[in-house]
Amino acid sequence: MSATPLLELRGIDKSFGPVQVLRDVALTVHPGEVTALVGDNGAGKSTLVKCISGIHPTDAGEFLFNGEPVHIGSPRDAATLGIEVVYQDLALCDNLDIVQNMFLGREKHSGIVLDEPTMEQLAAETLAGLSIRTVTSLRQHVSSLSGGQRQTVAIAKAVLWNSKLVILDEPTAALGVAQTAQVLELVRRLADNGLAVVLISHNMNDVFAVSDRIAALYLGQMVAQVKTTDITHAQVVELITAGRSGGLGLATDPGSNGDGPQPADSISGGAR
Amino acid sequence: MTTTAVRKDGPAAVTPPPTVGSHVRNYLSRVRGGDVGALPAVLGLVVLCTVFAVMRPSSFLSAGNFANLFTQGAAVTLIAMGLVFVLLLGEIDLSAGFASGVCAAVLANVVTVLGYPWWVAVLAAVATGVVIGTTLGLLVAKIGIPSFVVTLAGFLAFQGVVLMLVKDGTNISVRDETLVAIANRNLAPTLGWALAALAVVGYGAVQLLRHRNRAARGLITDPIAVVALRIGGLAVILGTAVYVLNLERSRNVLIVSLKGVPIVVPIIAVLLVIWTFVLQRTSYGRHIYAVGGNREAARRAGIGVDRIRISVFVICSSMAAIGGIVAASRANSVDPNTGGSNVLLYAVGAAVIGGTSLFGGKGRVLDAVLGGAVVAVIENGMGLMGYSAGVKYVVTGVVLLLAASVDALSRRRAAATGTR
Repeated sequence: MSATPLLELRGIDKSFGPVQVLRDVALTVHPGEVTALVGDNGAGKSTLVKCISGIHPTDAGEFLFNGEPVHIGSPRDAATLGIEVVYQDLALCDNLDIVQNMFLGREKHSGIVLDEPTMEQLAAETLAGLSIRTVTSLRQHVSSLSGGQRQTVAIAKAVLWNSKLVILDEPTAALGVAQTAQVLELVRRLADNGLAVVLISHNMNDVFAVSDRIAALYLGQMVAQVKTTDITHAQVVELITAGRSGGLGLATDPGSNGDGPQPADSISGGAR
Repeated sequence: MTTTAVRKDGPAAVTPPPTVGSHVRNYLSRVRGGDVGALPAVLGLVVLCTVFAVMRPSSFLSAGNFANLFTQGAAVTLIAMGLVFVLLLGEIDLSAGFASGVCAAVLANVVTVLGYPWWVAVLAAVATGVVIGTTLGLLVAKIGIPSFVVTLAGFLAFQGVVLMLVKDGTNISVRDETLVAIANRNLAPTLGWALAALAVVGYGAVQLLRHRNRAARGLITDPIAVVALRIGGLAVILGTAVYVLNLERSRNVLIVSLKGVPIVVPIIAVLLVIWTFVLQRTSYGRHIYAVGGNREAARRAGIGVDRIRISVFVICSSMAAIGGIVAASRANSVDPNTGGSNVLLYAVGAAVIGGTSLFGGKGRVLDAVLGGAVVAVIENGMGLMGYSAGVKYVVTGVVLLLAASVDALSRRRAAATGTR
């Protein structure tokens, strides 16, 4: 909280044609903390993440990384800064083993030959560093892993590259109870290792279980960013569904003019 | 399967080092889980050879016939090796057969009609293959036409091109001594032994170096006995083959002596080593598997998916060109049917029988060689038994269907048990 935020967004606007998806969004992400990004379907969570990871260009706004203004124009720029995204649908190749997946597209070489032993060692070290003991063999195909193990590999893959900020898009959406706990534990450990983590989730239990801060998006606006300890479950739900809760959130009545969200017709088109 | 992630956590967390027994158990459980690999091809080869050996002991088992198998199966095997790359992406190249015909016709025209030296003709043929592959690849990857349609169109068009190149129905003979030698001459027996020894020593050195390297870094390795067994196995197979091929197989030694390893065998072996190296040991090969396994994941990993898709068609058509050269050499001529009739289906069959999946993401170049051997044995053995071409086609078709069924079923089983 006291230190400079790792990533700070100010005044981000983003439109797809006539549909304005993000409006003057601000977000700060601190190292060593899990920031939960919550919001209803179409609130703009995925779009915001795609802007951060360089997939979508923004229309307006500033990015500060470690206090320095930066421009993120492509996924490669984001990767260079140390921003890694773990997507909802995983992006692992079933027919490759764990090491091959973790290094996919960024293989280590000696000459033109793949340096398998080095890759295997680095992968083992990364998994050990995250205290991952659920996978027995690094050389088993990803298809033989459970959903939780696959998510674990996807997260470890993101961590492997000295990343500073890891963004997780609904990492527990498809998982069972035990596997969810496993993945959340890993998410917590990432933050404890000093990484900044952004966790997108619909699940309030997950959010309250691991996050340090909660950022709520409502119809493309950042309505609140508060410490998890300062807010209740019910308040977060109100922020997600109505955009305000007591003193938090939008100041104006949603029905009136001004900055407030416009009803129905401007919502359509979705912010995804 | 034989390594472990938890090396640093002290003895308690370390899985016991693999022994020969655990290695065998691992393999068996993989097979039961649907990862059958080349097993059906090897079993099929054993069964077919046994049947033909029992039915036609004198002719099928002769040294001359053994040499014939190689030259008969060479062209199909070479085309199948290229097809493996296309199949790895889950695509298909139906034009590979006639592409080899076009390249063979170019070869014959350059060497016989235009009178250039043999190497110019070979280069021209391979270059033709590269052009064909690039065109097919661009149409598939950039325009987005399904490879089935693009190459089906190619199948028709190339058939026409061959007809035009060999002047409607005649044939062009290939008399150049070097070109004819490819599929019709043999290595000196001592050279055969030397190459076999080189192959075994080279393979052994690579295996042992890798074993030592991994062991030195504390990574779990295959048991040394398994490594030794692999090297020994290769030595026995190569040794037997070279021994048999070096037997005199001329009917009348006084007229002509006929012995040694057919020249086409080391050509296939070298290409097998090169392509296996490319697939297993380079990023490019790794990316082919990745695109075949999950194209979207590969794209997100920063792999140039289009580039990979185009390149496999180039490899496939270039290998088809080499297959065409061998076919022209074997027939001493190129006619409108070179690369036609059953060549393509035999080649696809060879790759699939060998264990390359039609669904993409799984396969090796070695599969094409094993499958090519199965196809050659069927063709050869059925011929010796006096069956007509019709029966041969039917049997090969049934074997291809069987192989595709094994592929589909093992895939389903693997999905159920989660081993693929």
